[in-house]
Amino acid sequence: MSTAISDTTPPALAELAGPAQRGYWGTVGYRLRYDPVTLFFITILVLVILAAIFSPWLAPNDPYQESIIRRLKPPGYRGHILGTDELGRDMLSRLLYGGRITLTMGILPVLVATLIGGGLGVIAGFAGGFVNALIMRIMDVFYAFPSVLLAVAISGAMGGGAVNGMIALTLVFIPPLCRVAETATTQVRNLDFVDAARATGAPVRLVLWHHVLGNVLGPVLIYASSLISVGIILASGLSFLGLGVKPPEPDWGLMLNALRQAIYVSPLAAAMPGIAILITSVSMNMASDGLRAAMDVRS
Amino acid sequence: MAMTSFAADAADERDRGGPQQPLLTVTDLRKYFPIRGGVLGRTVAHVRAVDGVSFTVRKGETLGIVGESGCGKSTVARLLMRLVDPDAGEQVFDGEAVGEQGGISVAQMRRQVQMVFQDSASSLNPRMPVQNSIAFGPVAFGARRADAVAMARELLTKVGLNPVLFGGRYPHELSGGQKQRINIARALALKPRMIILDEAVSALDKSVEAQVLNLLQALKRELNLTYVFISHDLGVVRWISDRVMVMYLGEVVEIGPADAIYTGPKHPYTRALLASRPALDPDQRREEAPVSGDPPNPVNPPSGCRFHTRCPHAEPVCSARAPSLGDATGFGHLAACHMQDAGSGHTAASVLQ
Repeated sequence: MSTAISDTTPPALAELAGPAQRGYWGTVGYRLRYDPVTLFFITILVLVILAAIFSPWLAPNDPYQESIIRRLKPPGYRGHILGTDELGRDMLSRLLYGGRITLTMGILPVLVATLIGGGLGVIAGFAGGFVNALIMRIMDVFYAFPSVLLAVAISGAMGGGAVNGMIALTLVFIPPLCRVAETATTQVRNLDFVDAARATGAPVRLVLWHHVLGNVLGPVLIYASSLISVGIILASGLSFLGLGVKPPEPDWGLMLNALRQAIYVSPLAAAMPGIAILITSVSMNMASDGLRAAMDVRS
Repeated sequence: MAMTSFAADAADERDRGGPQQPLLTVTDLRKYFPIRGGVLGRTVAHVRAVDGVSFTVRKGETLGIVGESGCGKSTVARLLMRLVDPDAGEQVFDGEAVGEQGGISVAQMRRQVQMVFQDSASSLNPRMPVQNSIAFGPVAFGARRADAVAMARELLTKVGLNPVLFGGRYPHELSGGQKQRINIARALALKPRMIILDEAVSALDKSVEAQVLNLLQALKRELNLTYVFISHDLGVVRWISDRVMVMYLGEVVEIGPADAIYTGPKHPYTRALLASRPALDPDQRREEAPVSGDPPNPVNPPSGCRFHTRCPHAEPVCSARAPSLGDATGFGHLAACHMQDAGSGHTAASVLQ
């Protein structure tokens, strides 16, 4: 008779109970609110994503408008807040528009690969035996190739373009994510609480959902977020080789490559796309590390 | 909210065979774990963890299972829950074969049999408030989340924990004894008829152990439960058990009423086990161990009687033939020893009889 107990409990006792009635995700949210570092990086990340989404309204100029006489101008030159690039296009506008393509190419493949690879890894780790061997050996085949080479081979075989580039990146990211998820699942499934959950007679999917997934999510999340920065770099590599995004599309990786040649003329301009990538990846890593720490309710 | 009754009614509709029908009968249970070796990972040998174990548990009794570490006690528990699949053996729950045609499914059996594990910490999900851990089973079987949590909080009261204080906590915030109470509450959540307690109090310190044992006894009376109590602690087993089963290297060596076994052990291994308890009187202190050495390797157990390598009464017949326990499904006092069998050819056979 829980209601009666709460009724007779002095308020001081209810206070002692602390985060009692919050549930798991409620507790995670509560812990995040008291983590200023993580909140800061989440804010940066949200700003970057919002800037990319609203780039048509935020961009002061047309990102494709070239001008021979305005090449590589410093920040503040005639309304170009961040200056211009090697073809005289407005740097700020290109960075804003570039965020759309770069973030999509960096995040979407990792997201899809996390669902597919993570899912396969959890299945392999939980089922064990033959299923595990089947899934993991197939992953090993992909593992045998260096990731850059594999991405180039796949997108080369399918032809260029941003979509094919993203499919190639997804395929490259599935094996390592699968491995991380499999390792974490194998560790969790041998713990007694999974046996206890199975002993209730509950269907396997419920045991997986409530008892395995939550304990696998942490390591997978951390690894996936580190892959996002790799994804941005790989995507720009593909663009550099003429696969993936094609000029004059604004993409941070592509811009970095193009401006590389101008590094002695205008180092600041060359650094800008790199700084954009840096800020995004660092925020991503810090935010996911904070989220993982908040999810680990033991500490 | 009306007080839910956790007590099995006098006429539990799940009770099919009446009080005389055993709740659980296990016949010739076997589990050999393969040892893989070589480049190809072929099976090179087997660990005979459980090798032909048969026993019966009556409704409402507590069967204690004792034996040294590695004798197969915990494997028996996991086999009974089907957390490990047996290689052979028949398991009949209240007259119905488990997992066989015409019997009950493993899932149906699991609703009526629950288990409490030894490691109170690892048997709770570290990322789940404990009341959700308790509520998991009922939710999995279709109870509304709010109802299940309310019932979980009620169960917390039953195991002596204030739900307001403890319901929303995480396992790492609780002591070992508190965690084990949570595990007991979780085992009770599906209103089982039988609970398997696998070294459930072994890891607790003595005062907490006593509290949990008293709790278990109270719950058993109130909820009309049947226990299988696995432990290496002979004193605790005697205190809680109606009947005791002694295991050695995957086999049952002796089974019988607790008092009979503790006052008149028939098997030399049981005698050695009982003698190995530290004496409470310092003048009775024993200097040498009653059984020497480690138990033999279960990968390659000794021929005949498995205890003959360490038995002070071993004779040629002991290594030649394996003694039989006789009708293990009965409730008498039985021991698998040639000295108990008049026709075995052991010189002490007739003397002891």
